[in-house]
Amino acid sequence: MVKTQSGESHGRMAKGPQFRISRDGDGWRRRGIKGLNEEKIALGLGWFSIGLGLAEIAAPRGLTKLIGVRGDHSGLLRTLGMREIASGIGILAGRRPAGLLQGWMWSRVGGDAMDLALLGAALKSGRSSQGRVVAATAAVAGVTALDLICSLKLGRRDGATTRRGAIRVTQAVTINRSPEELYRFWRDFQNLPRFMKHLKSVQVTDDRHSHWVAKAPAGRTVEWDAEITEDRPNELIAWRSLEGSDVENMGSVRFERAPGGRGTVVKVHMRYNPPAGLIGAGVAKLLGEDPEWQIKDDLRRFKQVMETGEIITTEGQPAGRASSTSWRYDRAVRS
Amino acid sequence: MKANCWYGKQDVRVVDVPDPKILNKSDAIVKITTTAICGSDLHLYNGFIPTMEKGDILGHEFMGEVVEVGSEVKKLKVGDRVVVAFPISCGACFFCQREMFSLCENSNPNAWMAEKLFGHSPAGIFGYSHLTGGFAGGQAEFARVPFADVGAFKIENGLADEQVLFLSDIFPTGYMAAENCDIKPGDTMAVWGCGPVGQFAVRSAFLLGAERVIAIDRFPERLRMAEEGGAETINYEEAGVYDTLMEMTGGRGPDSCIDAVGLEAHAHGPLYLYDRVKQAMMLELDRPIVLRQAILACRNGGTVSIPGVYGGFDDKIPVGALMNKALMIRTGQTHVQHYFRPLLDRIKNGEIDPSFVVTHRMRLDEAPKGYDLFLNKHDDCIKIVLKP
Repeated sequence: MVKTQSGESHGRMAKGPQFRISRDGDGWRRRGIKGLNEEKIALGLGWFSIGLGLAEIAAPRGLTKLIGVRGDHSGLLRTLGMREIASGIGILAGRRPAGLLQGWMWSRVGGDAMDLALLGAALKSGRSSQGRVVAATAAVAGVTALDLICSLKLGRRDGATTRRGAIRVTQAVTINRSPEELYRFWRDFQNLPRFMKHLKSVQVTDDRHSHWVAKAPAGRTVEWDAEITEDRPNELIAWRSLEGSDVENMGSVRFERAPGGRGTVVKVHMRYNPPAGLIGAGVAKLLGEDPEWQIKDDLRRFKQVMETGEIITTEGQPAGRASSTSWRYDRAVRS
Repeated sequence: MKANCWYGKQDVRVVDVPDPKILNKSDAIVKITTTAICGSDLHLYNGFIPTMEKGDILGHEFMGEVVEVGSEVKKLKVGDRVVVAFPISCGACFFCQREMFSLCENSNPNAWMAEKLFGHSPAGIFGYSHLTGGFAGGQAEFARVPFADVGAFKIENGLADEQVLFLSDIFPTGYMAAENCDIKPGDTMAVWGCGPVGQFAVRSAFLLGAERVIAIDRFPERLRMAEEGGAETINYEEAGVYDTLMEMTGGRGPDSCIDAVGLEAHAHGPLYLYDRVKQAMMLELDRPIVLRQAILACRNGGTVSIPGVYGGFDDKIPVGALMNKALMIRTGQTHVQHYFRPLLDRIKNGEIDPSFVVTHRMRLDEAPKGYDLFLNKHDDCIKIVLKP
């Protein structure tokens, strides 16, 4: 992510509880966290990870008995223990920068999901002491909730999300074309679905208004009306959604001539409220649908369209398997 | 059509797949007349390059005849005989316009993945994992060539396939490695690895004016081929590389060192075992043994040029030596398209005949046998070409 504007304060390094308000380059207000210090909670959870991990490695049999699972699962428990310790050390060592800490907290959330899945399997197996397994599951679920909240709050501090649950993204790309050419193409909003993968259509209703339809998970679509809030030819376009939108959003795109005649720097700022709120955003991130990367991929495609006239694809090429591309890797070209 | 596909570690098979189609307007379809197995294909074969998928078509050294062109293809027409560059390059971005074709910004649809690993993505590459685009390769009867006007180079009749095929990769790769050394009259070069790229590096060094070239390997037939190209040789199984190089260069060290080996280097001693174990445990992607040797052996203020493939984060690189000896490092995937014309001219002028490197000729459906032969260096195998 490229952040170059002066006067932009991220408040990442603040210690202890405090209250902050700052303005970023586009005049959006951002608030810090009041009262609650998720960094301290994270540290506590880090030590908890190490303690639990040591217990799992040192006394796997005692622990399986405690949670009501029969049979010898020492190997599995020791593996889980090592995972716990890795997360714990990561959290304790990764206090700065905040982004690193958040990553390790997400590793705890992942670990929780694994623990819950294993406990679920134990419940189903019928060979376990049901009561104890249920109690253990409840305990893990509690910790999971704490981990999730802590991770999300850290994410908010990291600049990805704001207090009210909106997601903020800033991305930039350099394109080997003039600002005039790029502005002209972007200003005709009907062109946007050509490179914005999640957009189905944009209908321009008048000079300042347009209707947007985008793809949402599970084959659904979301729609909104948008108005242009600022339009400086060859320099900047800013927009925001109107009342009654499925996805509240606002954003701007700037076109700045790059130094040395090396084309144009295109910079996008966006802020939107994900349909399922912060939890939805967190889940999307785990599934690889990171909004930062979505915008980044969209800008990459914009660059391709402007420089080469089309977007390169591999979908439809031959391969020695049923599908021409890979489900795991080729998401940018799969429709 | 038939194509040679990757199905896992040391498991490649020639299977029937659909024929390629035009997918982008600047594509061409090429009916392949000759293709080859590259040393870097062995890294895929051994499972060292991540993001391979079962069924990926291999191969990035191929040539043939244009049988179909997309609506935006301007320079090529059906019937043209072409050699295809292994990097896929758009011709319009910042890097392509500066002829740094292997750094094209528009040809890797999976750039996001490479960015996570490398910070920035290189160009797409034929048949070389999804990290570089997941493009179907050229060990097949037909191939689709994106940005065909940039990547497919027209060859007039009169030269045999084997004389021009290696313009697709190994000749320019060896040549760029030597060019990167900025050779001055009187220079002594050392080349680690006498596989096909090493062989072309040896010969290119002489073409570019080197006084002496010292080639290092352990296979007698490869050392012999280097000697035929004018090199002196060191068999590292018989003599210590550093000591011998110092003896041969009067204690100063070679002016430039070329690592034409890359991530699967072999050596003797505890450091080799250390890297082998770390690689097996997935703690280290590469075995940078040659790179270490090259940095330590290079003369002060000299150049270390790396055409060999590396993929990850490596240990025990002597950065102290690099800094204190004021060394220059030059590397990169080859900007093949930049070298097409000048190297074809050298072939036409009779300065070099690249077909010297070919030791084996096989049919495409013998590709699995070819990989095994090439990997194990059986039957003095140095370079295999395949005929569909």
